[in-house]
Amino acid sequence: MMTDTRDRVLFALAVICAVLLSLNFYKIFLVLPDEANQGAIYRIVYVHVPSIFTGFTGFFVALAASGAYLATGKLKYDAFAAAVTEVSLAFATIVLATGMIWGRIIWGVWWAWDARLTTMLVCWLIYAGYLMLRRAIDEPTQRARLSAVVSIFGCVDILIVWKSIEWWRTQHPAPVLSVRDGGGMGPGMEAPIYWNWLAFMCLAAILVMVRTRQEERSREIDSLRRMAHSY
Amino acid sequence: MIEARNLTYMFYGFAAAFVILVIYVVSLALRERKLAQEIDRVRRMIERDK
Repeated sequence: MMTDTRDRVLFALAVICAVLLSLNFYKIFLVLPDEANQGAIYRIVYVHVPSIFTGFTGFFVALAASGAYLATGKLKYDAFAAAVTEVSLAFATIVLATGMIWGRIIWGVWWAWDARLTTMLVCWLIYAGYLMLRRAIDEPTQRARLSAVVSIFGCVDILIVWKSIEWWRTQHPAPVLSVRDGGGMGPGMEAPIYWNWLAFMCLAAILVMVRTRQEERSREIDSLRRMAHSY
Repeated sequence: MIEARNLTYMFYGFAAAFVILVIYVVSLALRERKLAQEIDRVRRMIERDK
């Protein structure tokens, strides 16, 4: 993508993200009432759930890019998959951190080896392993091929994370959102989750674009080095 | 409409998310600077060797 076009898209996404977050946080903090049992802390759901939606969306995009690499052998798909996975892992980290803080008050413990938490931790470790694997392998095609396999493997765990609260009824709350046939939230309480998801997706897109440009620069450095060695 | 109950931990939750994002953005910025320096260094090396 041309640099000027990319900068304009980055700016537009940043403006949309800022407007959405301002409106959402105004509603979350100043309009919505406290939840009857949990008090103020239930508002963590407005960061926790959109973060996991954003993270999982990113992991599936990385899966598609990894598949595209395996099908075509073009390294640009591998670079894009790496960028998306790294950004998605940042959002997955937010999910674990905010979940632990919520659990400390509602369950009385920072962590429980509950089905949802454990599968989510495994998911986080798989994708952290993906990034560590990339640092450990210097040869680009071997790195891309093995990374693609890990990405595919990781997406299987995402499905387990998603279904875990239906398959095993342990500590984590059962599905709440109405889109998952849950009990739903109070009037007006569910919509900000989806609006925040949209805002987080804009933020993730900005970070992915910046990270992808860095991958392109790394490839440029590699080609310059090859040129230098040819003299 | 916020009451005092569990307010502190709600703040911790939002602060944790913010801090994680800021750390990631700073790491991206540092990497960007390092890459720019590396490109300059390799280009100078090529010019010198020509």
